[in-house]
Amino acid sequence: MKTDLVDLRAKAHWVWRETLAVHRRAPETRLASSLSSIEIFVALYYGGVLRFNPSNPRDEERDRCIISKGHGSICMYPILADLGYFPMEELQHVCEAGSFLGGIPDPVIPGYETVNGSLGHGLGVATGMALGLKRKASDRSVFVVAGDGELHEGANWEAIMFAAQHKLDNLHLIVDDNRISMLGYTDDIVSHGALTTRLTAFGWDCMEVDGHDVLAVQAALQQQKAIAEGKPKAIIARTLKGHGVPGLENAPLSHIINPKPELIDSLLEKTR
Amino acid sequence: MSVKPLAMRDAFLERIWRAMAEDSKIFFTCADFGSPVLDKIRADFPDRFVNVGIAEQNLINLSAGLALEGYTVFAYAIAPFITMRCYEQVRVSLALLSEVRPMNVNLIGVGAGYSYVVSGPTHQCYEDITLMRALPNFQVLSPADHVTASAFFDTCVNTGGPKYLRFDAQVLPVIYESALPDTSKGFYVHKSGEAICLVATGYMLHTAIKAAGELASEGLRVGVVDLFDLARFSATEFQDTLEPYAGIVSLEEGFRGRGGLDSMLFEFTSRRGLKARMLNIGVEGAYYFELGTRTELHEKVGIGPQAVLSSVRSFAKSLTN
Repeated sequence: MKTDLVDLRAKAHWVWRETLAVHRRAPETRLASSLSSIEIFVALYYGGVLRFNPSNPRDEERDRCIISKGHGSICMYPILADLGYFPMEELQHVCEAGSFLGGIPDPVIPGYETVNGSLGHGLGVATGMALGLKRKASDRSVFVVAGDGELHEGANWEAIMFAAQHKLDNLHLIVDDNRISMLGYTDDIVSHGALTTRLTAFGWDCMEVDGHDVLAVQAALQQQKAIAEGKPKAIIARTLKGHGVPGLENAPLSHIINPKPELIDSLLEKTR
Repeated sequence: MSVKPLAMRDAFLERIWRAMAEDSKIFFTCADFGSPVLDKIRADFPDRFVNVGIAEQNLINLSAGLALEGYTVFAYAIAPFITMRCYEQVRVSLALLSEVRPMNVNLIGVGAGYSYVVSGPTHQCYEDITLMRALPNFQVLSPADHVTASAFFDTCVNTGGPKYLRFDAQVLPVIYESALPDTSKGFYVHKSGEAICLVATGYMLHTAIKAAGELASEGLRVGVVDLFDLARFSATEFQDTLEPYAGIVSLEEGFRGRGGLDSMLFEFTSRRGLKARMLNIGVEGAYYFELGTRTELHEKVGIGPQAVLSSVRSFAKSLTN
């Protein structure tokens, strides 16, 4: 199991650059929603939160990480390569024929547990895994990274009610709360209002955190992981879609905007 | 000694209950749907039973998660709800995910066809064969009596992947009195005939057997085949069985001409180069709200005993012309 701690801020910056570079080569990938979730994944994988084993991705002793916001997780490609799930060279071939790294990640990618491209399934499947782990008397945990937009899918709320009913305190939901889905701000589409209040009312232990402060995300995850008081746990990570890219950041249509290659080149040059 | 007829679900759940005592990997999930035998499962194995409430989407995703953790899962609900209410979950978390992950999830749908006679079209189910056979990796099991349903328990625990079992909600007469059918072949030949073979599934096997008896008394000897595994039957043996016939009649308690048993037989005979002509007996594509006995409803939509006799007689005549 990998638990080596690294400079999380430096790692998040490296992942941001690599994600831009992947998108530069494969513009079919969803960039904006992959930039809002970087610090969440960096905290999980490099912050000593998740137990995982790149040489045996489905090691029984791993914590399960369900990446429900599939297409908004292209930042996981450099992370998984860096951790040794597959060679770095694969990052050069995203979306190319013959590559296993597609525009929307599939469970054929080492490190991905489930089908994620269709939104709103991760939490329900994770709830089953969390229940299964409890019944097997395993102390492993299940982490789910979901977008706030996909919480519009009603099946999530079936799982949210179930997890509270069954006291699944080994289940962690991290919401990448960038507040934008495909056609604009979620507050203008169907607002979640105060998501923290809603989840708390549903019986979850809930925290809010600046989702781009990787140390704060790490601290929140560690804090919640240490608690087991019969409640499932959620972290609402306030994030910005398209984080760090002028013209993309927090733009209502950022989900479907591709920044010009020259802009990506200049950003990569400037932030070297 | 004759076998006492049971509800399919009770026969099947009895086997689950017995097996759960020996096999700690069996987990039972349901969407707020019961049966007398289920009460024993709830009482004796509370750690491996959950009721998700009226929430079929979560039933499927939860069951997939349990299966990923190594459990053999039986998920239980009313047939139209465990198939259509959560078809996206069935597709993504079972059919698709099982392509790359070992998982054993068995969906038990109760209420095939018109078997919820007075409950109307929301609870009746005429689309499930079409929908479930469309999904790769799914096994679709359609028993005609509780003996067959009970035998499918072995199939479920011994074969991985997702499966759909379409159970009748009523207690049906026992067809397989003397022995369990060989489920591995996927079909059973009840009777050989001369020019015509009736291929039926589920409840319609009862209608087919009765019709064959009646027609025999009129001098028309028709074959009868019970096709109970709609996805993984032995194609070679099925072809050998159908090859001698000039006419094949499909009988299903589902919509006609909309991708069910009839379409499957068209595809099969076409791919295999069989020359037989086809008659399809199934429900005309419409929803009906009238009340009546199951037989009356069947007659109304063209799949009742009299309608079948009349259709097969005409079909036989057309073959000789």
